[in-house]
Amino acid sequence: MKQTTEKALNVRGATKTYGTQPGGIQALKDVDLTVRHGEFISIVGPSGCGKTTLLWSIAGLHKLTSGAIALGDEWITGPHPSIGMMFQEANLLPWRSIRKNIELPFEIRKHRPDAARIDSLLDRVGLGGFGDKMPRELSGGMQQRASIVRALASDPTVLLMDEPFGALDAFTRDEMNKLVEEIWIEARKTVILITHSIAEAVYLADKVYIMSARPGQISRVVEVPFARPRSLDLMESRDFFDLVNLIKHDIQHPPTVKSLASIAKRGTA
Amino acid sequence: MNRSNNSAGFASPTGLASGLGGQGAREVIAIIAVAVMVIGGGEFLLRFFEVPQYILPTPSAIAAVFASAEMSTIGQHYAYTLIELFSGYAVGASIGLVLAAVITQFPFVEKVITPYILLLVTTPMLALVPLLILNFGFGYTPRIIAVALASGPMVMINAATGFRRVDTMKIALARSCGASTLQIFTKIRIPMAMPMVIVGLMIGAIFGMITAVGADMSGGGFGLGSRLTTYSSTLRMPEFFACILILAVTGITIYAFFFWLGKKLAGWES
Repeated sequence: MKQTTEKALNVRGATKTYGTQPGGIQALKDVDLTVRHGEFISIVGPSGCGKTTLLWSIAGLHKLTSGAIALGDEWITGPHPSIGMMFQEANLLPWRSIRKNIELPFEIRKHRPDAARIDSLLDRVGLGGFGDKMPRELSGGMQQRASIVRALASDPTVLLMDEPFGALDAFTRDEMNKLVEEIWIEARKTVILITHSIAEAVYLADKVYIMSARPGQISRVVEVPFARPRSLDLMESRDFFDLVNLIKHDIQHPPTVKSLASIAKRGTA
Repeated sequence: MNRSNNSAGFASPTGLASGLGGQGAREVIAIIAVAVMVIGGGEFLLRFFEVPQYILPTPSAIAAVFASAEMSTIGQHYAYTLIELFSGYAVGASIGLVLAAVITQFPFVEKVITPYILLLVTTPMLALVPLLILNFGFGYTPRIIAVALASGPMVMINAATGFRRVDTMKIALARSCGASTLQIFTKIRIPMAMPMVIVGLMIGAIFGMITAVGADMSGGGFGLGSRLTTYSSTLRMPEFFACILILAVTGITIYAFFFWLGKKLAGWES
């Protein structure tokens, strides 16, 4: 694999207002975020807190009202080849075979698909031999594995995951979480995961960012202390449970600006 | 591929689709048996009750027409009708497809234009044939125009339904890979519209055929429709029914072709 230079992802003062200024909805307000190269972070928060807006802005799919996003020393003003994205549900094109779906990003960029890499990734996620199947012939979990391959095939530096496993059943979801951690340990991508499942957020991430709504802001950052690789048994441990509850409590009772300052003083959880 | 995937290749308006899809040998035998019974039974009943040929000809009399000298005349006129159908359809369907693709990208234009398209869809273009003949004479021109007017709007209105299907997530996926507007169109919008485009092309072709025959009937002189008028006014019913049979087979061929095309290009949507 090619040696990538260290590229941190920086978000500074990200503000996004929908509609006209006075009556508009402020989806994001002055969001600052730094994700180190190879770091895995999760963003959780109530619906409508702007986490999807933030992720789609990093993907270059939304324009910020003000603020800036940079990957290393490059400004992100639109879709960037070093940033891969996984969407809600698998988002495979039903008229293309699995392999053709995976090759879509190459086709769009007019690059030759890296067949060897695609094959080894398909094998890695347990889809060896399924390349010529159509999406509807695969289960939801298998479709989502294919979409992981699609996002990783062009070897991006940053992987954005927009609530990718929300539609899966609990068992398949656990299985996917395990797979994602394993692949992350092997490939060390910078990952930003958006999820409604706090357990998933904690299980996968180095840090969990909690967002509050209206205006969308990061209200707290929680370091996840558990060693890697993590096992699914971790989810049953007392420490894991406590951390999940702490985050849940924080989402339900967003800290006021005053208490935010005290949290900042206290540091992480 | 299992049978349920086979049978509903694309959004078919009728249950006939499943009838034409893949089926077992037993079903084929049953279909043939029914055909033999209907044709044989008809032959028997018409002979038994001595129904005169000019009221309803026997199947054997109709079949005999295909071996008779009259067949070359019928074939010649059938060719004229096919020329009208293909030319008119080529013009109408292309304009309809392009208009559908373009107009759906501009919601405002679409809102303004749609009522007129609906008007064209619901007005029987056959009614315009006498006027077209007044303007363009008795040749091919008025008939080709009528076919184009009948098929174009049908193609357009169905294709537009297809192009209007926007899946924000699939478009976002393409954009996240840096797709241009043109690439989004060719890689996402067109494949997504394909099932409805094919339905539109099929309905347009069938309406085109109906209109071509109808235009022949009022235009006179040539075309299979004009033969129908001639044969019925001279009470040559076996020939008349032979023409009807040719038209029915043409219609089924159009249907089968688009069914096959739908399975090939839009088989993913079941």
